Amino acid sequence: MSTLEIKNLQVAVSTDEGMKQILRGVDLTIKSGETHAIMGPNGSGKSTLAYSIAGHPKYTITGGSVFLDGADVLEMSVDERAKAGLFLAMQYPVEVPGVSVSNFLRTAATAIRGEAPKVRTWVGEVKEAMAALNMDPAFAERSVNEGFSGGEKKRHEILQMELLKPKIAILDETDSGLDVDALRIVSEGVNRVKDSNDIGVMLITHYTRILRYIKPDFVHVFAAGRIVEEGGAELADKLEEKGYAEYISA
Amino acid sequence: MTLNSNLLAPHTPTSREELWRFTPLAKLRGLHDLDVALSSRVSLGTSQTQAGVTLTIVDSLDAPQTSTTDDLVSMRVRELATKVLRVEISANTEVSAPIFLTRSVESLDPEVSRTEIRLGANSRATIVVENIGSMTLAEEIEIHLETGSNLTFVSLQEWENDAVHLGHHHAIIGKDATFTSTVITLGGTLVRLLPTVEYAGAGASAELSGIYFATSGQHLEHRIHVDHNLAHAKSRVNYKGALSGDKARTVWFGDVYIRANAEGTDTYEVNRNLLLSDGARADSVPNLEIETGEIVGAGHASTTGRFDDEQLFYLESRGIPANIARQLVIRGFFLEIVSKLGLPEIEERVMNRIEAELEKASV
Repeated sequence: MSTLEIKNLQVAVSTDEGMKQILRGVDLTIKSGETHAIMGPNGSGKSTLAYSIAGHPKYTITGGSVFLDGADVLEMSVDERAKAGLFLAMQYPVEVPGVSVSNFLRTAATAIRGEAPKVRTWVGEVKEAMAALNMDPAFAERSVNEGFSGGEKKRHEILQMELLKPKIAILDETDSGLDVDALRIVSEGVNRVKDSNDIGVMLITHYTRILRYIKPDFVHVFAAGRIVEEGGAELADKLEEKGYAEYISA
Repeated sequence: MTLNSNLLAPHTPTSREELWRFTPLAKLRGLHDLDVALSSRVSLGTSQTQAGVTLTIVDSLDAPQTSTTDDLVSMRVRELATKVLRVEISANTEVSAPIFLTRSVESLDPEVSRTEIRLGANSRATIVVENIGSMTLAEEIEIHLETGSNLTFVSLQEWENDAVHLGHHHAIIGKDATFTSTVITLGGTLVRLLPTVEYAGAGASAELSGIYFATSGQHLEHRIHVDHNLAHAKSRVNYKGALSGDKARTVWFGDVYIRANAEGTDTYEVNRNLLLSDGARADSVPNLEIETGEIVGAGHASTTGRFDDEQLFYLESRGIPANIARQLVIRGFFLEIVSKLGLPEIEERVMNRIEAELEKASV
């Protein structure tokens, strides 16, 4: 049983005009097995929340705390956060030329597990996970994210989630740029990995479409750098109908 | 003082001349200096024998060079080399195993060397020139590709730290022939190479790639020149370099010249440099001179910069420690070119050397 505890998190980013406050006090607790949808208009700070928890150097924490099972996440380096059990599926996964997917996955698994996976079981493990996501085995020999379609990039993110088995996964706009078929495959992948590993999920999205496939236990509406309303899955239906207008004008 | 009216007449170059302004002439041990005597010897050789491959040593008078050069050291080599190593691949022959030509000398006395490579029509071969040991060398390699032939040419500079190497590799590519060259420069205190290309028939294609890694005290210079002197030829140039350590220095020039008659030319050149520490300097100068608009395409790109923070963040966010993430990125940076060779033993050797250099430079 794991718990990610975000308290009064305040984050700024430096711009040409100086420091700009993005998050203005975020409180959120995610436990194993729970799915929390973070919904909000563009520019409300959803992705900033994801990236500051993962430790992107662009963001400066100006207040608050993030704890994972009692350990201070904000004191950890980026790789330490992953080793502690955090995973961020990125909206725009980065290309790494010349580094093959298989080498990347194995290096990451070695780092996360603390020892190199046994070659024989590892090959089978990767193949199985790729098959489950409808990924061509030839994929493993391509350079990380280079020349991948939008759908391939997102599947590759979920493949990593499956192999690295985090405690808490943050999915940042995983639905963006996916057609219906790809969305279904990726969502099924998320559900499968979540159920078999009892992962807590923070699902960041602008649209309610993905919530038809991944059922949230909680929905949080994000606006102007904080959570402005919370509820169950029914809150998503309301957003589907009425949009974010009332939160933006408020 | 007299004004030198003809810069192409043999003379000792100075750093005031455009082609030599980046090169530390004092480190050349006289290779460029008309007052310093250079000995001549055929320093390349091989122990292999393969069907369709003939190696002979011929008198330089029997191996006249047809190409022109404006490089003063190339001119000296042509003048001073008495013997030439000639490597011939018979027409219509496919030589399956790579031909290794090895140069392993332990003498810093300045010397010159000439090699001639001839591929007969519709032949196919891979030739790897291995430069190891310590030398002060000026060399000419002239490569003739007859119609429809295909050569994969690899030049490995795995010198010891004190080697000085000035080289000119000139390829004349026949009709529908393909020249794939990979220049790998890791060793030597000063290496200055001039991979140049001209075409002898339509449908000719040149792919010139290279990697270089300069650490403290190394000067690695590559000046590529592609002369699109006739219509419907293709060229691709892709060189990647990394630098680490104080006074690590690289110079890259990519001159692509599309003459007025070179209609249907298709060319693209790119140079990328990765600066791994302070105190290193990379110069990167792509030049595209176009005299006709009737071409398929022409482009160039050049970047010089530090690590991409987004790449490192992506890898680290998967639990990979920062130092391993950097190693992965550098490995990948070079592997993109080295893996295309299709020569696993060379790939492993080169990557091991790069890793050893990285370790020394504590990147």
